[in-house]
Amino acid sequence: MGEMWKGNHAIAEAAVRAGCRLYAGYPITPSTEIMEYLSARLPEVGGSFIQAESELAGINMIIGGAACGYRSLTASSGPGISLKQEGMSVLADEELSAVVINVVRYGNGLGTLYSAQCDYHRETKGGGNGDYRVIVLCPSSIQEAIEHVFLAYDLAEKYRMVAMIMTEGALGQMMEPIEMPDFIEKKRMPWALDGHYSYKKIGIFDRNSMKEAIDLNQKYNTIKENEQRWESDNLDKADYVFVSYGLPGESTKGAVEQLRDEGYQVGFIRPITAWPYPEKAFNLINPNVKGIITVESNATGQMVDDAALSIKKTKRDKNVPTYCLPYVYGIPAIKEIKKDFMKILSGEIKEVY
Amino acid sequence: MGKTRKTPSIIDKPMNFCPGCGHGIIIRLICEVLEELGQDNNVIFPIGVGCSSNLGGGLVADRFHCSHGRAAAVASGMKAVSPENIIVSYQGDGDAYSIGIAETINAAYRNENITVVTVNNTNFGMTGGQMSWTTMPKQKTTTSQLGRDCDKTGYPMKFPELVASQFNIAYAARGSVHSPASINKTKSYIKKAIESQMNNEGYSVVEVMSPCPVNWNMTPVEAMDRIKNELIDYFELGEFKQREVIK
Ligand SMILES: Cc1ncc(C[n+]2csc(CCOP(=O)(O)OP(=O)(O)O)c2C)c(N)n1
Repeated sequence: MGEMWKGNHAIAEAAVRAGCRLYAGYPITPSTEIMEYLSARLPEVGGSFIQAESELAGINMIIGGAACGYRSLTASSGPGISLKQEGMSVLADEELSAVVINVVRYGNGLGTLYSAQCDYHRETKGGGNGDYRVIVLCPSSIQEAIEHVFLAYDLAEKYRMVAMIMTEGALGQMMEPIEMPDFIEKKRMPWALDGHYSYKKIGIFDRNSMKEAIDLNQKYNTIKENEQRWESDNLDKADYVFVSYGLPGESTKGAVEQLRDEGYQVGFIRPITAWPYPEKAFNLINPNVKGIITVESNATGQMVDDAALSIKKTKRDKNVPTYCLPYVYGIPAIKEIKKDFMKILSGEIKEVY
Repeated sequence: MGKTRKTPSIIDKPMNFCPGCGHGIIIRLICEVLEELGQDNNVIFPIGVGCSSNLGGGLVADRFHCSHGRAAAVASGMKAVSPENIIVSYQGDGDAYSIGIAETINAAYRNENITVVTVNNTNFGMTGGQMSWTTMPKQKTTTSQLGRDCDKTGYPMKFPELVASQFNIAYAARGSVHSPASINKTKSYIKKAIESQMNNEGYSVVEVMSPCPVNWNMTPVEAMDRIKNELIDYFELGEFKQREVIK
């Protein structure tokens, strides 16, 4: 049995062990413990910590670290991640590797302090200007969040892009026993700026935007093909398949287990990558499935769009109804999910698609 | 007898500046200084958005195009991970003092060990001569067509003076390129700024008054005269924060 760690502290220590050399950011609940921890910890291991004047400056400092080829990190929540969108678009444009953590809290504008999944659309579709993608990992336990820190850096560097860890307020604040991985050594990325002009560059006005866009799209297609990740169970037999990620994903798993004990043929998909969306999991679903049900911690129902598109793509001849159970914020209780499933069966809750 | 001045080796090809523009002189000065200090193969330029962006097309040196106004933050991140490199941000007045004032001033506030070069042409050159935070009182621009009304839009900002008087920085100066003498002086300021970074003394900034004949609706010679006769009365030339350690 491992040591007890708070989610945000565990993520921060994992970043140090994954070779992160620069953190820059601005405090915001419920992400702040990440930066508090790193303010003391990074200098101990020869890294740098900068308390930025804003999230906008924070992401731009990360751009500096990433351009010089070192593992760099910023974390925030809600409106803070809004301010980072400009920088994320720049990172995509320059094909730089960096990791951004969103400890999601609920709400528009200033928002609230409730744990939620309201930023799904923005993170998976891209929130800054342009035509880019970000790899999005969504852990459902602290141990998995730690693994995602290492994975995020590896994917970010393999594909030279931003990898985001989309965790949730509650996951950042809770404690679990975990195993912390060993330290790894990271050198400057070979393609980085080193002051010696090791790699030739062209001026911005000499760029071939058409070719760049086509190559970038090719890269995104490769990622869609190779990097879908998910956890699933009983898909081949299920009449109804629940789809849910993060902490609501864990509740959903619990609800599916109990419903199966009660005799219902249900299964689940827990997306681990929200982008690329695990479409391939939908291939494994029983051809006679009666419905897909997303369980989400937001008000409008966001992931339901991707679930509906995925079932359409994989079961083209069927018109499988897709339902959404949006619990606004927090983590839905197993009994709530079960109760709402009965409403779907009775026709009281209608499909979205 | 005049000295022959060799083109610095990191200058690769001509840049696309308008006739009579000051940017080319300033970039040349920076490159000469870097070469003289043996840093021309050890430099990274975080570049602003504006006419300053042309720097990227003409140098064989590491550089990064920052989004508009953010170069000082990018520079701070670069210096944090790569303290062995000389980091010189190159920005216009709109980039550094309007949209980027938060990043620009906070880098000075933290006394980041970076060098900031700002090119003050009293307008937004790249986008066709709009008013900037250094546009002079009564100056006509495309967004102050009757002449700048400073009571409504603010008075021209003096950034080097501001940070020199308020923050614990290493070096702040303002130069100009309107005459050979002012060009030589500006070069000495840029040299002191980069030396202070090499010596880990902290933040250095050199603002350079620069002509923008196309947007000022002047000939190149008239534009140089405007700097001499009008601008440097307000934007005083000189050093506002001297280095404490001179080696
Ligand atoms: C976020 C954003 N807003 C606006 C612009 C458009 N823009 C490009 S350059 C520029 C003005 C640059 O002026 P200045 O910094 O004074 O430099 P100059 O061109 O005069 O050298 C503007 C407004 C942009 N690129 N990005």
